[in-house]
Amino acid sequence: MATVAIAPVRLPRVSWQRIGPILLVLPLALYMLAFYLVPLASMLLRSLAEPSWTLDNYRRLAADSVFLEVFWTTLRTACVVTLGTILLGYPVALALSRLRRGAATMVLIVVLLPFWTSVLVRSYAWMVLLGRHGVINELLIGVGLIGAPLRLLNTSFAVHIAMIHILLPYMILPIASVLRQIDGALPRAAAGLGAPPWRVFLHVVLPLSLPGVAAGSLLVFVLSLGFYITPALVGGPRDLMLSMLIAQQVDLLNWPYAACLSAALLAVTLLLIAAFQRLPGMRDLLRTATR
Amino acid sequence: MDGTITLAVGRPTAGHGASVVLSNIEKRFDSVGAVRGVTLDIRSGEFLTLLGPSGSGKTTTLLMIAGFETPTVGDIAIDGNSVVALPPHRRNIGMVFQNYALFPHMTVAENIGFPLKQRGVDRATRARLVAESLELVRLPGYQSRYPRQLSGGQQQRVALARAIVFRPRLLLMDEPLGALDKQLRESLQLEMRRLHAELGITFIYVTHDQAEALTMSDRVAVMNEGLIAQIGTPEDLYDRPCDRFVASFIGESNFMQGVVRGLEDGMVVADCGDATVRAIGGRIATVGETVTLATRPERLGFADTPQCATRQNRMAGTIAETVFAGEHCRYLCHCAGGVSIVLKEPSSATVRRRVVGESVELAWSIADTVVV
Amino acid sequence: MIGRAAFRVLWIVVLMFLVLPILIVVVLSFSSASYLTFPPPGLGIRWYRAYLGSGEWLASTWLSLGVAGCVVVLSTILGTLASLGLARLPPAMRTIMGALILSPLIVPGIVVAIGIYYVFARYRLVGTPAGLVLAHTCLAVPFVVTSVSASLAGLDRRLEQAALSLGATPWGAFRQVTLPLIRPGVLVGALFAFITSFDELIVALFLSGSGAITLPRRMWDDLRFAIDPTIAAVSTLTIALSAMLLLGAHLVRRHQASEPGGTV
Repeated sequence: MATVAIAPVRLPRVSWQRIGPILLVLPLALYMLAFYLVPLASMLLRSLAEPSWTLDNYRRLAADSVFLEVFWTTLRTACVVTLGTILLGYPVALALSRLRRGAATMVLIVVLLPFWTSVLVRSYAWMVLLGRHGVINELLIGVGLIGAPLRLLNTSFAVHIAMIHILLPYMILPIASVLRQIDGALPRAAAGLGAPPWRVFLHVVLPLSLPGVAAGSLLVFVLSLGFYITPALVGGPRDLMLSMLIAQQVDLLNWPYAACLSAALLAVTLLLIAAFQRLPGMRDLLRTATR
Repeated sequence: MDGTITLAVGRPTAGHGASVVLSNIEKRFDSVGAVRGVTLDIRSGEFLTLLGPSGSGKTTTLLMIAGFETPTVGDIAIDGNSVVALPPHRRNIGMVFQNYALFPHMTVAENIGFPLKQRGVDRATRARLVAESLELVRLPGYQSRYPRQLSGGQQQRVALARAIVFRPRLLLMDEPLGALDKQLRESLQLEMRRLHAELGITFIYVTHDQAEALTMSDRVAVMNEGLIAQIGTPEDLYDRPCDRFVASFIGESNFMQGVVRGLEDGMVVADCGDATVRAIGGRIATVGETVTLATRPERLGFADTPQCATRQNRMAGTIAETVFAGEHCRYLCHCAGGVSIVLKEPSSATVRRRVVGESVELAWSIADTVVV
Repeated sequence: MIGRAAFRVLWIVVLMFLVLPILIVVVLSFSSASYLTFPPPGLGIRWYRAYLGSGEWLASTWLSLGVAGCVVVLSTILGTLASLGLARLPPAMRTIMGALILSPLIVPGIVVAIGIYYVFARYRLVGTPAGLVLAHTCLAVPFVVTSVSASLAGLDRRLEQAALSLGATPWGAFRQVTLPLIRPGVLVGALFAFITSFDELIVALFLSGSGAITLPRRMWDDLRFAIDPTIAAVSTLTIALSAMLLLGAHLVRRHQASEPGGTV
């Protein structure tokens, strides 16, 4: 066999490996750009553009009493709701992590079903419950505890309880996920070392579950800030939330102001998420929570 | 080599197996050199093993032969033709992966028939070839099972059957026995040797298990940090390791420092502590140079036993530790000059076991001592 | 022990809290009374008949179903392709693209809604089914991408390499190996996409206009003016739909778990 030496021929490899993925993502990227990113950006830019490129709108916002009051209401509601979901959700998460497979699946279904029921339907359910002739009032009158129906609907109480109800699964799932991952040997070791069950919980389980609580709190808080449907349906005139104010302004065609408010809401949301993202393990938890 | 391509002009290689020539291939990932210049000439029908610790570049080299990685520099020729520009699905090479990579949603028959289907083989012929392959790997009748219903060893054999059913001339294997327990591994090693003999094709095998490499291969290429440290038959590597890395990676070695006193008849004479040690082969050493000499623990003996009477290398020492390990007794001896030597003596009811503190003289052959 | 019993009572009460409001709506939907009262004086399906007999309610239902159907097709195709690409992008690009695609989950609904409305109004897309489809797809795609990406992540890359080494072309390897194994992920993503679009309200509030009133939008309008038990019937049907889709997704996932998509 004769051998012939030739200079190295490096055939240009059409790098399918580089181009391929980009081509696959491109359709969606362009789509989102056109129908989501650009609309969002141009709307937000309205806050700077009138009368001409200026930050005036934002300066006015900082001094606007209506805005400040609404912002405060929104923050307050978010805090109350977050706290409420922690208090009510933790026991369920704890139970979920301890039950055997069969019972745990049942409980999970009970938690997930409201999760997948639309917010509108769940808000409506609370309207039915809290109305003047609603279930609770009828029950209380029927039993004889009160004479005249209570004003439950269109109050802050209604907003709080309805939002807690709707956002509860968002708190339960991350906490349950973290609890399930706690090494079963740890509580056993603590018990073996002489700690009674409540101490095991307080000093071992609870601290280890805090990342889950943090993830759930972040989710619930951020979602509460932007909530629209529920406060609009069950809230009163004094429960005006930021999202409702934004919607009002859009109805009034007051775009610059609406854009400013939106930018503020978006900024707070992103800041919170960015801040929490730094905590270890947060990203994976958020991923499990967004299914 | 300087990266030139060698074109074979004339008749194709005789025999069933492909010849593979790696010409100074390199692979860099960002700035990390996974493979830093490997040249290898694999003969038709050979069973060659790439042996090395993790990170040595052996798997990357295999992947380059398969086509899943492109060499940054250098060329790969199979049967004389450069394949570097050829995508993996056109290289016609069989490959067995570490965790078998059986398609979970297909039956055993569909798995094995897969490469035939890609080549347009009709259903009847496919069925026949699949049955033959299953016979070859001793799993007749398993056609309609699913991978998840098989044990680890069975899956491995199905993976093998799938890789050879289309009669490739080259079979690549990436640590296929890693996930199996010791006994299964050993029986499958024998299976593979048998298959190799029956099929007559070229096998390139990657492993980090030196015992496995020595058992199965015609030749072994030991890799370390992206380069080939030594290539040779198992005996070559075991008896004459060329450097410290090979001497310690394959089997066990004792290392002694010595100062070269002279060269006699091709042997190196060195002073190690109190003793004079003669060694063969390895590198050329100059007088006055400090060298490392290597010898294997099982090649050492005690001078007062009859079989060691003729061994020329002697060293005096004291037993520091003894361990009975069933097949052999392991002694750690402290010798003059701070040298510690491990000695493995086959255990026997009739041989006296040494005790700690005993003064002994170690004896071993010059032929078993190498300069590394 | 008291502690343990109290704990059990506590979480069972919370679970009841979660479920009861929804159950009450379901019970109410079968009320025979013409106004909302609980417990209902009698049972019947008059409100279901009212729903089925109303041209407007049915038109909205068909519209919502149609829009959701289109959204499923569009988001599944775009989302699956994108997931396949995302899996192979270099990390930096993957993070940026991933953030863009998943951002509708993070940006408050009202902000997304008015942003889209702002531009769609200019292009006469308000009050059209097309506008709804285009907008809902943006909201549904994150679910498809999340689900398909999770499926892909569980898939052993070496399966594709094995297919290539055995002679399959890249497209052949995708069609015969990758696609069948990610099918469950695609299916679950499609289910989530459907329900996201079907139940979606905030964007619909602005984009429905007067010409394309979705089912949630019609419910909302009705709720503002009168709490009519018909809504209870519609709600119950929606709950049933959600439950079925949830069950479907659960079954797909369980079927996939028993036949692992990764290498055995």
